[in-house]
Amino acid sequence: MSVRSAFMIATLVLFSTGVAAEGVPQPHPPKGKGEACVAETDFMRRNHPDLLKHQRDDTLRLGIRGDKFSLKECVACHAVPGADSKPVTVKNPKHFCRECHDYAAVQIDCFECHNSVPDDKRSASIDFTMPGTGPGRRTALSLNQCSVGETG
Amino acid sequence: MTQAPDHSAPDMSRRAFLAAAGAVTGLALAPGVTLFAPAMARPVGTAASDKVRWGLLIDLNKMDDGGAKGVAACSAENGWVAAEGSTTDARWIRTLKVSNPANKTVQTLPMMCQHCAEPPCVDVCPTGASMKRADGIVLVDKHTCIGCRYCVLACPYGARSFIHEPLTGQRSHAPRGKGTVESCTLCVHRVDADREPACVEAYGGSKQGAMVFGDLNDPESDISKLVATYATHQVRSDLGTRPGVWYRGLA
Amino acid sequence: MSTSRITYQRIKGESPAFLGWLGALGLLIVLGLASAWTMEHHGHVITGMSNRIVWGLPHVFAVFMIVAASGALNVASIASVFGKSAYKPLAPLSTLLALALLVGGLSVLVLDLGRPDRLIVAMTTYNFSSIFAWNIYLYVGFIAVGVVYLWMMMERRMNAYTKPVGVFAFIWRLALTTGTGSIFGFLVARQAWDAAIMAPMFIALSLAFGLAVFLVLTIAISRQTGRELGAGLLRRLGRLLGIFAAVVLYFAAIQHLTNLYAAEHAEVERFILFDGGIYTALFWLGQIVIGGVIPLALIFAPQIKSSANTVMWAALAVIIGGFAQLYVIIIGGQAFPQILFPGRIVESSFADGGIAAYAPSLPELGLGLGGAALALAIVTLVIKILAVLPTTMADKD
Repeated sequence: MSVRSAFMIATLVLFSTGVAAEGVPQPHPPKGKGEACVAETDFMRRNHPDLLKHQRDDTLRLGIRGDKFSLKECVACHAVPGADSKPVTVKNPKHFCRECHDYAAVQIDCFECHNSVPDDKRSASIDFTMPGTGPGRRTALSLNQCSVGETG
Repeated sequence: MTQAPDHSAPDMSRRAFLAAAGAVTGLALAPGVTLFAPAMARPVGTAASDKVRWGLLIDLNKMDDGGAKGVAACSAENGWVAAEGSTTDARWIRTLKVSNPANKTVQTLPMMCQHCAEPPCVDVCPTGASMKRADGIVLVDKHTCIGCRYCVLACPYGARSFIHEPLTGQRSHAPRGKGTVESCTLCVHRVDADREPACVEAYGGSKQGAMVFGDLNDPESDISKLVATYATHQVRSDLGTRPGVWYRGLA
Repeated sequence: MSTSRITYQRIKGESPAFLGWLGALGLLIVLGLASAWTMEHHGHVITGMSNRIVWGLPHVFAVFMIVAASGALNVASIASVFGKSAYKPLAPLSTLLALALLVGGLSVLVLDLGRPDRLIVAMTTYNFSSIFAWNIYLYVGFIAVGVVYLWMMMERRMNAYTKPVGVFAFIWRLALTTGTGSIFGFLVARQAWDAAIMAPMFIALSLAFGLAVFLVLTIAISRQTGRELGAGLLRRLGRLLGIFAAVVLYFAAIQHLTNLYAAEHAEVERFILFDGGIYTALFWLGQIVIGGVIPLALIFAPQIKSSANTVMWAALAVIIGGFAQLYVIIIGGQAFPQILFPGRIVESSFADGGIAAYAPSLPELGLGLGGAALALAIVTLVIKILAVLPTTMADKD
């Protein structure tokens, strides 16, 4: 048997044992709060970078608030509790975004500036609700399906 | 509290009466926010408009601490901390001690981004990250900022800071990160929610008068009336930047 | 137009001296990359830069190299644009040096950015009110123009196009240097910069710095590769350097005399000329004496016999003086406080008022030297890979 064929067979054997033993690891992002995300899972998986990128310009440059693809709301719904039952930051591999992004080896830029955990309830957070419903009060119109009935 | 229009009654005059009654009730029910006429409330989902120009009036006669409360409030609201003597920590607002060598008078006043109508920082930004929103608020789009610091050089007021270290625990309404530039946002997240900037609120709100926030384009707004009536000044108005921040009581 | 053909030849590039030189440059480049990495990873807090002095030593290096790049093209322009055929053999080397210096300077600038990972954003999103945005086009365009120019010179079939491309490159580099000077000249916020003279002054700086770097490089190459540099060529280029150094002195004189005349600028002039500490020392000793008086003496004093050595020392002096001048302009210009209330004394916790402190740090020096090493390495490697050097640099009689 030539060296080349021996090498090829050895490589095939090594790879096949690996595949047979455990398969290719898949990411398992935990379910967010509430009944459903603001859009279908497949749609979000595919399009969340474009949605976030488009909306960030609407919000920052044009001043349009309250759109449903809000990073702040994503972070709030998809917070993953850690051992101390506080949400884990993006430095922890269990963070919701890390699950898939580590698997796909795509670096996340958002959390250089944005907080990767929801705001502490004690600090004043701004809700963009419909006018006339009072400051900080969430309503069905707020499109935040995770925390209907919660007060900010 | 405004009442929803009554769709079942097509009577226009009754609807108009209800709407007017609702507006008056709204004004009467919330005395603390009467400075905001219902016309100022920008509905969620709409863009900022250039019909409005947000500005500040700082009345140094009514301000007893030279701006220190405002600095503390801004720091707490937006999550920046500046250690004493640090030249690398960010400062969105600071107190200046201005002395006149001719007569030894000393005055302390707060200085922040002046939200100019002709901002040099916006002109010089290579990527357009430094921008002026339609309603006059000057911001840094940190998605596009490459951290070249040219705007820091260009600002005549020293308003801009560069973030020199990795940050954690940012407020969700004030994202900020290493390697980008930032400055006072006029608490744009509050303004868009019909509230006043944190520094203004620290002095009891526009009604108290030490810091007044309002629409400079509206001649009926309190700030416009004050600027038109009393001797108010802009800092380095000779530069033609047309700042949105006015000072009253400059020595 | 010379009728005799110029022969170009690659250098062998095998001697221990050559490999040692490349090794040293490689080490500096690696240190430069390491410096850039630590600055990006830990943030600029590890440098000497602050919110008062946001542009530091890396920018002095970068601006020097970019300005010198534009001027290094001069010898090629003298040959192609102004028709002096005696300089044609050196035209490809001149163009190569211009490109290498520009790449070196740009690499320092880009690696110092707060978000160097956003270079793609910088290359695709433009605010055309910004001279910085225009400069990105001018710098990258210059690289393209320079490469085409080099090709016209080196490909015999394209030699006929050398002149039109050369003219285009000459105009482009004038625009580029005007843009670089305007980075400072357009800003109203700093007393030391807000002046229309910055653009033409930078043109003058480019002429002097570019030719100085070219001369040091050419003399070194002629010695290392045994290609004798013609005495006539040396003397003429030396005199040109002297003239350029004099022009730089002239612009400095006009800039400061004009500022001194206006009471408005008295404070900043006093700072630079008298009580600015390091900045005053760099101005008088560095910029004026080393960058101006010494080169003029070496070139024009009748007692000093013109030789490769005197020209080399004059060129080195211009380079040192140039660094000093840019340090005073860029860092001194930031150290001087901004005037918020004219006539008043202003102090604050943000270091308003007063002269801002700055001390260059090791990562900044590492980054700057790395960029310079990159420029030199590009020249070193290309003259080995491509036939850029003429077989002889002697005078044609």
